[in-house]
This record gives sequence, C-alpha cells and structure tokens, in this order.
Amino acid sequence: MSRTIDLDVAPVRARRRRRSIVDWYRSGGLTAVLFAVPVVLIFLYFSWGPVVRGVLMSVEKTNLIGPALWVGLNNFTYVLTDPGLPQAALNTAYYALLGLVFGFPVPILIAVFVNELRRYGWMYNLLAYLPAVVPPVAGILLWKFFYDPSSGGIFNGILGWFGLGPLPWLNSEAMAMPSLVLYTTWAGAGATAIIYLAAIGGISPELYEAAEIDGAGIWSRLWHVTIPQLRNVIFIMMLLQLIGTFQLFTEPFLFTGGGPNNATQTIMLKIYNYAFVNGDYGAATALSVLLALFLCVLSVVYHFITKRWSPS
Amino acid sequence: MSAAGPSIVIAPAELSAIEPVVGRRRRPREAKERGAISAADRKRPIVMVSMWIIQVAMFVGLLVAGLGPIAWSARASVSSSQDIISDPMGIWTAPPRWGNIEQAWNGALIGSSLGNTVIVALGSTVTTLFVSATAAYLLSVLRPRWSALLSGAILATLFLPGVISLVPLYLTILHMPVLNVSLLNTFWGVWLPAGASAFNVIVLKRFFDSIPRELIEAARIDGASAMRVFTTVVIPLSRPILGVVTLLTIIASWKDYLWPMLVLAAPSLQPVSVTLANLPNGSMPFAVQMAAVFLTIIIPVALFVVFQRQFLRGVSSAGGLKG
Repeated sequence: MSRTIDLDVAPVRARRRRRSIVDWYRSGGLTAVLFAVPVVLIFLYFSWGPVVRGVLMSVEKTNLIGPALWVGLNNFTYVLTDPGLPQAALNTAYYALLGLVFGFPVPILIAVFVNELRRYGWMYNLLAYLPAVVPPVAGILLWKFFYDPSSGGIFNGILGWFGLGPLPWLNSEAMAMPSLVLYTTWAGAGATAIIYLAAIGGISPELYEAAEIDGAGIWSRLWHVTIPQLRNVIFIMMLLQLIGTFQLFTEPFLFTGGGPNNATQTIMLKIYNYAFVNGDYGAATALSVLLALFLCVLSVVYHFITKRWSPS
Repeated sequence: MSAAGPSIVIAPAELSAIEPVVGRRRRPREAKERGAISAADRKRPIVMVSMWIIQVAMFVGLLVAGLGPIAWSARASVSSSQDIISDPMGIWTAPPRWGNIEQAWNGALIGSSLGNTVIVALGSTVTTLFVSATAAYLLSVLRPRWSALLSGAILATLFLPGVISLVPLYLTILHMPVLNVSLLNTFWGVWLPAGASAFNVIVLKRFFDSIPRELIEAARIDGASAMRVFTTVVIPLSRPILGVVTLLTIIASWKDYLWPMLVLAAPSLQPVSVTLANLPNGSMPFAVQMAAVFLTIIIPVALFVVFQRQFLRGVSSAGGLKG
C-alpha cells in the first residue's frame, strides 16, 4: 500500500480502512475465516482447550460442582507419594523394555523375509496382517481364554505336546507382563511389518549389487545394507512404540485389571482409577501431566541420541 | 521438523505412490527388483534349501499365529460351553450348535452394537474429513496472513501425548463450555473429538501442497470462487489421500475402546468393542460370548480379505507418511 503524506489525516484513514475491509473481502479474507471455523472450533473444544484445562486442573481441587480451588503442587505431591506409583512406573518401564527386546525385532524380521520372496509374498503379508484387523477387545477376550492356566488351556495344551508347561500365564506375577507383551506383539507385528516392507522396497538394488561384488554374503548384506538403510524408519518406529507402550491401557485393563498383586498396574491404569473410580480429577491430571512431560523429555533426548548416530 | 515426537516425513517411494491424479496414466507395474539375495545366490543349493525351509517354517508359523485364533474362534462360536471349556482343542469334532450365533446377535446385543460401531465409524470419518480437508485447504491454498500461527498451533498438538487431555476431554464432553450442553451418551461425543487430528490435517496439507498451482490459478482465472476450487478441483484430485485418511479413521474408530466406554455409557449406544468387553460380567453362557467374539472378528477380517490389496497399499503409504 502506498504511503500518503497528507495533512488532513482523519478522512484518509477512514477511507483507507473502508478500502482495506473491501480489499480484505475481495482477497478472500472472509472465505479464509469460513474455512478456519471448523478446525478452530474443533481444536479449541477437543484439543487446545483440554490440554490447557489439564494443566490448570493439575494444580486445582475440583468436585465439578463448586468452584475449583487452587491447591498448588498438592496434587503432584499426593501422586508422587502414592505408595503404588513406583510399582506402576516400574511395570510400565518393564513392559516397554520387554516390548523393545522381544516385540520390536519381530516385524523387521517378517518384512526382511517377505521382501526376499519372489512368489506368494502377498500370502505371507495377508497372514501376518490378519491379527491387526482383529478388534483389540475381541482379541483380548480370545487370548484370555487361550491363557487358561490349567493344563487343559489352549496354550498349555500345545506346550504339553512338547512336554512343556503348564505355565501359569496371567495368574503369576512373573509371567503376567510377558504374557501381555506376547499378545501385543501378535496383535501389532503385522501392521508394523507392512511399514518396514514399504521402507525396504525403497532401498536401491545397486547397494546390494555393490556389496555382492565386494564379496559380502547374504547375511552381511542384510546386516550392512538393509538394516543401516532402514535406520531412520527403525528409530521412528522405536520412538512411536515407546510412546505407545507408556500409554498402555486396554490390555492390562481387560486382561488382568492390574493384577495379580499389581504386577500389571500401569501408569495409564492409575490415571484411569484416579479419575473414573475415585473421582479425583486433580490427581489424575497431575499424573497425566507428569507422564506427558516424561514422554516429551524422552522424545527430545531420543532425538538427540539418534541424531548423533545418523551419518549426516 | 521439531525435535519432539514423531516427525512427518514422506519417503520418496511413498510420494510416487500417492500423488494427485492429474490426468496422469498409471505407471506400468515394474518388475520386482532384487533384494539382498541375488539371482545367482538363488541358484546355489544351500540357499535354495534354506530358503525353502525358512519359507515353510514361516508359512506354518504365520498360518498358526494369523489364522489359528480366528479359525478356533469360528469353531468355538458354534460349540457348546461344556465342550469349549473341558477340551478346547477337541472342539473341531464336537457337534455344531448354530443357536449360539443367533443368541449372540440378538440376546447379547452384538447385532445392534455392530450397528453402533458403524455409526461411530462413519460419523468420525465425516467429521475428520470435513475438518482436516477444510483446514488443509486453508493452510495450503488460501494461506491468509495468520495461517502460520494456526498451523503452528495445530502442529504443536502433534507433539503432546494424548494422555494429557484424556480427563479434561471427558469433562469437556460432560459439560461443553459456552454451549452448556452435555455430549455424554450422544454420538457427537465420539464424532467431534475424532476431528481434532493434527496428523490428518498435516497429511492432507502436504498432499494439497503437491497439487500443481497452475490448476488452481486456471480455475480462479475462469472465475471460480475459493469454495468452488475446493469442491471441484482440490477434492477430486485428492481422492487417493482422502481414501487413506478414511481408511485410517475407520480402523481407529473400529478399534477404539476406552473413549466410547467413557462417553457412550448407555448400553443401547455402545459400539461392539464396549458391549463385548462387558459380556463376561453378564449372564451369557461362555459359548455365546465366544460367538460374539467371532461375530466381531469376522466382519473386519472379511472386509480385509476382500479389499486386501487396496487396504495394504493404503496402510503402507500411511506408514510412509508417519515414518
């Protein structure tokens, strides 16, 4: 817009404002606002609002009827001194660790293998993906029955054919968490394998040819070409899995309800119990804020560690 | 990209897989390129034998793990409770009892809750598509001066774990600020929050960014309004990515359990995941519970088997967007 060096300022300003509103309208300003309405309303109500409200509620005491009272860090001290917290935190970390060690490599192995198939690859894909389309609640009810600890249970029956077992599965403190990991690996491996398979398909064949000419065998080609080429995908999937496992809820809730003897009590279950069993929304949001902070710190630290390992 | 959280990077392979369909002929399917094992390797006896062994072992393993539980649940759905509990591996030869299915469908309300699941999934999809497509169009094509602020605010939510807003989101549904209504026990309580997905907004914005600007300019010069460009140029060109977003939303709402359990407390509104989880607390015989499990499994499995090609392509491209 051109600058005017006019002395009687007022009418110019009025004219300019009128023109700028017309300009704004002509350049699509109103349309832009109309297009912004749905996203702004939905995010205000269901995303930005709840996040702000969650942080506010973590320092308040409320019973939803009277006005909320500012209680400072009381909710945090209450949550942090809860005698059940260390166990829940350790369980959650244990679950995440088991998932990383035993569950994480499975989809990579499936994807590497399926990629080498020249025929029938789709059949392996189909079979590996089937558990991922089973709704989690149905899968859990089914597996809960499979995990029957008596020697007549399905898994124990199968182990019995090989002269093993019977194992107590969900009934023992030591085996409950590994049993949950076994289920989540079954339920999730196929879906993750598809993502790795797409990434493996993007690896240039020249790399394998060069490695082969240099005398690398099949295993060293997989180890020195495939895995390094997948590094970025592996890093991101690992972080996503960590974030997912730290927010684990449905599996312990439906399989064990946190038992036996709190062996599968997780942070998310504690949040649920604070809020929807005890009605203590302050404590629930305080623990949510702590978990969210932890996950943010984890993501940042993870980002810097993996960045150091990356070539560029 | 920002430091925290999953970054949205589209891998080159995926970019070529999903692109605007601008009068471009589909590329001929390339012959499958080599992997780590070369053609020469495949002729060596030891490689042939070990590949064969691994192939058979993997096939048997995947068959047992992938199909086994589904097949067992299919057979259990038509067996008697007595047979299932006393000898779960022996039910294959037990006399079939077809009444279980009917009893699960009507008596255990699986039929009507499957209907609720469909309502939830469709409504969530409509909200998600509407909100994220209009937002992406705003941020990618209209680009008002304040769009950077808006896109920053949307992007920021991507890096906050969902757990932080679970409880306050529930309280928001219980009593909507300003509007003073409660969405508890209404489908809106599930539909509307589904639209607040930063991931979908960003995926669509990236896609809209790749639409040639000449097409949009040409339409504008021909006198099309911004709304008309949206409905007649951008949306038709974006069918592939809208399909992917639809697929992901339907899968997510089909699987969701915690949120519908909290919001849809009335049994007549509950989707099948919630109804199913409550069955063991009820008085239904065990065989009917198993029939209910089977009914819940078989619909997504059948849809997946029929549309597996489109399904796997959509999911893997979504993975490329996520990874």
